[in-house]
Amino acid sequence: MSDETIQSSNYEIPPEMQGTVSITSLDKVYAWSRKNSMWPMMFGLACCAIEMIVLAASRFDIARFGMEVMRPSPRQSDFLIVSGTVTKKMVPQIVRLYNQMPEPKYVVSMGACASGGGPFKEGYSVVSGIDKYIPVDVYIPGCPPTPQALLNGLIALTKKVDKERIKTSEWYAKGSEAAVPVPVLGPDLMDPRKYALIYEQTHRPIEPEIPAETEQKEG
Amino acid sequence: MSEEQVTVAQIPDISLQFEGRVVKDTRAGYSGFIVGAEHLLDVVQTLRDELGFDYLSSVTGVDYLPEGKMEVVYHLYRSIGGPALVFKVQVPRDEAVVPSLYHIFKSADWQEREAWDLMGIRFVGHPDLRRILTWEGFAGHPLRKDWKEPYFEEETKPYKSRWPEGITGYIEDNNPYHDNLQYPAGFDPETWIPQAEEALYASAQKIGRDKELHTDTVVVNLGPQHPSTHGVFRMVAALDGEQVVFLKPVVGYLHRNHEKIGERNTYLQNMPFTDRLDYVSSMSNNFGYALAVEKLMGIKPPERADYIRVMMAELTRWMNHVFSFGFLWNDLGSYFTPMIYALEERELILDIFEAVSGSRMMCNYFRFGGVARDLPEGVLNKVKELVFERMPRQLDAIDKMLSTNEIVRNRCIGCGVLTAEQAINNGASGPNLRASGVPYDIRRADPYSIYDRLDFDVVVHYHGDVYDRYLTRLDEARQSNRILQQVVRDIPEGPIMTGKPAYQVRVPAGEAYGRVEAPKGELGFYIVSTGKPNPWRYHVRAPSFINLTSLEDMCRGGKIADVVLNLGAIDIVLGEVDR
Repeated sequence: MSDETIQSSNYEIPPEMQGTVSITSLDKVYAWSRKNSMWPMMFGLACCAIEMIVLAASRFDIARFGMEVMRPSPRQSDFLIVSGTVTKKMVPQIVRLYNQMPEPKYVVSMGACASGGGPFKEGYSVVSGIDKYIPVDVYIPGCPPTPQALLNGLIALTKKVDKERIKTSEWYAKGSEAAVPVPVLGPDLMDPRKYALIYEQTHRPIEPEIPAETEQKEG
Repeated sequence: MSEEQVTVAQIPDISLQFEGRVVKDTRAGYSGFIVGAEHLLDVVQTLRDELGFDYLSSVTGVDYLPEGKMEVVYHLYRSIGGPALVFKVQVPRDEAVVPSLYHIFKSADWQEREAWDLMGIRFVGHPDLRRILTWEGFAGHPLRKDWKEPYFEEETKPYKSRWPEGITGYIEDNNPYHDNLQYPAGFDPETWIPQAEEALYASAQKIGRDKELHTDTVVVNLGPQHPSTHGVFRMVAALDGEQVVFLKPVVGYLHRNHEKIGERNTYLQNMPFTDRLDYVSSMSNNFGYALAVEKLMGIKPPERADYIRVMMAELTRWMNHVFSFGFLWNDLGSYFTPMIYALEERELILDIFEAVSGSRMMCNYFRFGGVARDLPEGVLNKVKELVFERMPRQLDAIDKMLSTNEIVRNRCIGCGVLTAEQAINNGASGPNLRASGVPYDIRRADPYSIYDRLDFDVVVHYHGDVYDRYLTRLDEARQSNRILQQVVRDIPEGPIMTGKPAYQVRVPAGEAYGRVEAPKGELGFYIVSTGKPNPWRYHVRAPSFINLTSLEDMCRGGKIADVVLNLGAIDIVLGEVDR
């Protein structure tokens, strides 16, 4: 622990105790300890996952930032790197994993696909970005992002963690444990939050003046 | 070429032998034969048993919407080598029913399921014709030409709004849900009952129940989020004690519509998409696709480009195999520390890829008739340093660490055995096939590029277990090293591209199948062109996908702990399995 980052300068420490004792705020200790020990979930989706593995290896080495402990279990992880294309078949599992992570939890959207669909956006079974379902803290561009870019994103995440304060943190507030509803696979992906909209659209009489793109198509 | 190769290279005219049942495909640009659907089983049985065509490589559905026909294209080989016997079955579009080849060639299993899922072709006699890449309940068959996705804009690219007009907007704005969604008219989400999972587990529970002792099997689900499934792969296994009695792989969790997108793209626009198939070895994917389109266009790359291509493909193979050793260690329980050895080597090769193509993983380096740019200064020396010094040394180190290691030998020898007959029948390819004692390597069996001039051995091992698969990869990496040494020694100066680089290439109408020996096995691209700037049909015969057909054979009767090992030894990449 370096004195400069943690020491609050408002208090005078007697000369005989200097270098032995630091006086600081609880918030600072809290943020400092959290940001230096972020555990990612071991969760790979597609191409980006390879670069994520590379980041953990010797050349880039996320152990320098206290992130080397990758846990396959969501219960033991602090943040989720959505590393790759999110498909409709996979998104229920991702939402479930996210729900199983304990607070405080963060989501890093790695690469173009996870952030917005990427090169596969137009595909019929690709979700246009994971943020349609779960909240994202950091977006990392690239296809795939280089390990350096990923590292930059993760450092951005630690900066965000550093700014959080106990009193204002959401996860100690009431109602923070509400889970994200898990989407259901129907004729297409169905978000339970949008059932009313789906019903309304599928039971709407087809108007002739609608341009061809927006028409409902039957499979 | 030796005399034997000339004889296997002859494709018999089966339209004479099966007169009345088989006719020649006479469409311009097409080759092969057309078999009547009602005679398919007889003809295929004879082809396999009497003419020696024992390896069904690829089954492809093609939707000829204007003719109102659905076509299934089969690529059949002899496992002793030679070119493909291509035959097709044509059925009416609205009543697409074809007899299943499942009981003659098990390699048809997943491919027929895929054709059913994406094209809606029903294969009669297939015991388990469920959807494979999408999910049960999905509306429609997406690769049919009249099926439109939610973000549908125009039939082909480039879209008029983007070029020449250059108007951009959010595609979401055209959709009533502002998302990539569509539902059939009259659909009510509240009354929807998902049924796929129950059916899957029920089929697992039926197996292995002992009525006398009243014992039950335990059904275990692995994946899609599991540390050792190499991605989003899922298996459902039924266990009797610790023994696997039933195993069903479930794929499609990374299905990103490669083929549907590919049929809308122009030919060149597909090149970067092929990088993302087998994302560990993107250069090999480029190679296969470039070969297929070059076949259609009737051009050949210049000498130097061929050498560069082979150099890149072999570096990829070396890297892929070393990477797979890292995963093998991982799957054996030695978590990540050994992986670092593999990744260290991989980084050195990625540096070369980055230097030549500008990107570490997604190289997009090949072009039709050559490669995108010449080798930059200094790269050749770097490759020389690697192939003459570091790479052989590192392989020896891996050999020393792994091959005689007691744990590796105890776990791997005799585990996941696949016999030669099974391997051929299941359509296994690459190291999986050669570890079972079948010396089939496309670089020798059906040579492409400059491989017929290079000096290397086809690696073969005979036990068909995990250990032999490992040894095959190790020896193959050594052979790659040997090829690389010849390539860097002999690489000529000269142009790297035939003709001028063009964004839109002219591709004559017809069909072509280009295949390469990718690190994972036979990677094939089947392309149908109508003479337009976009392919009419673009199909990928992905080696990982078809190699997985063998997974159940490998795992049944073994312990559940070995399932992970077997899967790792097949060496899959989900980007290619699910496409």
